[in-house]
Amino acid sequence: MSNATCNPDKRVFRVVVLGVSTGGVQALKRLLGALPADFPLPILIVQHISPEAGNGLARLLDELCAIRVKEADEEETMEPGCVYLAPPNYHLLLEKDAVLSLSSEPPVNFARPSADVLFESAAAAFGRGVIGIVLTGAGYDGGRGLQRIQEEGGLTVIQDPVEAEAPSMPEHALSLVAADHVISLELLPALLQLLAGRHSEQGEPS
Amino acid sequence: MNNDGIFDIESRLLLEALQQVYGYDFRDYAESSLRRRLLNWLSGSGFANLSEAQGRLLRDRNLLDQFVCGITVNVSEMFRDPLFFRAVREQVVPHLKTYSFVKIWHAGCASGEEVYSMAILLREEGLQGRYRIYATDVNEEVLSKAREGIYPLKEMQRFIRNYQKSGGQHDFADYYTARYDHAMLMPELKKEIVFAAHNLAVDADFGEMNMVVCRNVMIYFKAALKERVLELFDRALLPGGFLCLGQKESLEKRGVAGNYDELARGTRIYVKRYLQS
Ligand SMILES: C[S@@+](CC[C@H](N)C(=O)[O-])C[C@H]1O[C@@H](n2cnc3c(N)ncnc32)[C@H](O)[C@@H]1O
Repeated sequence: MSNATCNPDKRVFRVVVLGVSTGGVQALKRLLGALPADFPLPILIVQHISPEAGNGLARLLDELCAIRVKEADEEETMEPGCVYLAPPNYHLLLEKDAVLSLSSEPPVNFARPSADVLFESAAAAFGRGVIGIVLTGAGYDGGRGLQRIQEEGGLTVIQDPVEAEAPSMPEHALSLVAADHVISLELLPALLQLLAGRHSEQGEPS
Repeated sequence: MNNDGIFDIESRLLLEALQQVYGYDFRDYAESSLRRRLLNWLSGSGFANLSEAQGRLLRDRNLLDQFVCGITVNVSEMFRDPLFFRAVREQVVPHLKTYSFVKIWHAGCASGEEVYSMAILLREEGLQGRYRIYATDVNEEVLSKAREGIYPLKEMQRFIRNYQKSGGQHDFADYYTARYDHAMLMPELKKEIVFAAHNLAVDADFGEMNMVVCRNVMIYFKAALKERVLELFDRALLPGGFLCLGQKESLEKRGVAGNYDELARGTRIYVKRYLQS
């Protein structure tokens, strides 16, 4: 990506992966609502959700946000400027050729989809090109996967547990990973824009 | 080279060797999920790495069966995706009833939950004695569980909930007997089911089917293998027959798509056309 030069970090990122649970709907509204439609990276999200839920959350977020939001389909190639939510009751994984795949393996950390599963696959497929983010949530999902992302040279971001609606996921991640950034939700969109290699055109979110 | 790189090479070599020795072909499975499964199997296997395991796997059939079980995803439920079964009951069964005899192929039937669900549904709809189900899987271990039809009792609650959501009106408890912590399904359900080993990656088709059910199997395959399997199903299905895929699987973009119409949007139940394009 040619415009990656204004990225303060030297890595060229290819994908953002994010795990969130309790408090996630609010957090995602705020985060994704502050990103522009032409955000230069694809974003893959695991939000813990009831197995019976439909694709209502993706539709809601798509309506509210400038950036495109959809539920991930099997064998879909991820594209910049698009947010893919793991479907209820399936794990979402990323392949080396940027194709998304789904799996109905048993739950991991009591979760299906599980952020650890997504993160580990992203780390194996894209190594240094991965930005991994753990946001608010009860339970322990995401920490182990974030560790893998760091081991493979990717960048790790954790929501400051002090402000998280449910701090246990960020706290657990912090106990495993010396994160590159521990940050408030408020500042996260601007950080992502920087890391993705372009400054927010509207200035800092206020 | 780092450990990850070596692991990837070892797994490619192993899959190649398994294909040559046993004809089991996992080379076209989606990598990230297969990789997870391989790592999982390895960590419980006692082998330090896949190279070490390979020698034994190529010679020891029992270990191979256990390996196949470990690296495939076998989870299933009775009446999984209740809305699918509701659609079968309300929209497919009326067509099936117009035939004197109906043949159904469940490919990738795992431990049988889906097959017994279909048998229950067909009997409730009055098709008893007028159907045969061919239930196949690559995996001998899950097939023998399927033949038994015995499931952990604690799963029944979820199965009952699914059954009711799928439009089931009977008392589900009539379909099994509880023994200790297990539920044994009514043996009559097995009468019209034939269980058999079959590998979608290499074996030929079963002919003249009115319905093919293959859910949550092809999501683990790469595009080329999906195409192969769909062509297999296409040859197996009679015109007017039904092809049922999983919730997140679609015929869109597939070679055979032109031969099918989706019964209703999002059902993932496709009807084979009489006139092929
Ligand atoms: C997740 S289960 C699906 C069970 C059931 N159809 C359902 O949806 O609940 C996937 C099954 O596909 C089987 N399978 C994987 N590769 C196969 C192949 N090449 N040929 C036949 N079955 C295969 C696995 O052994 C496993 O039992």
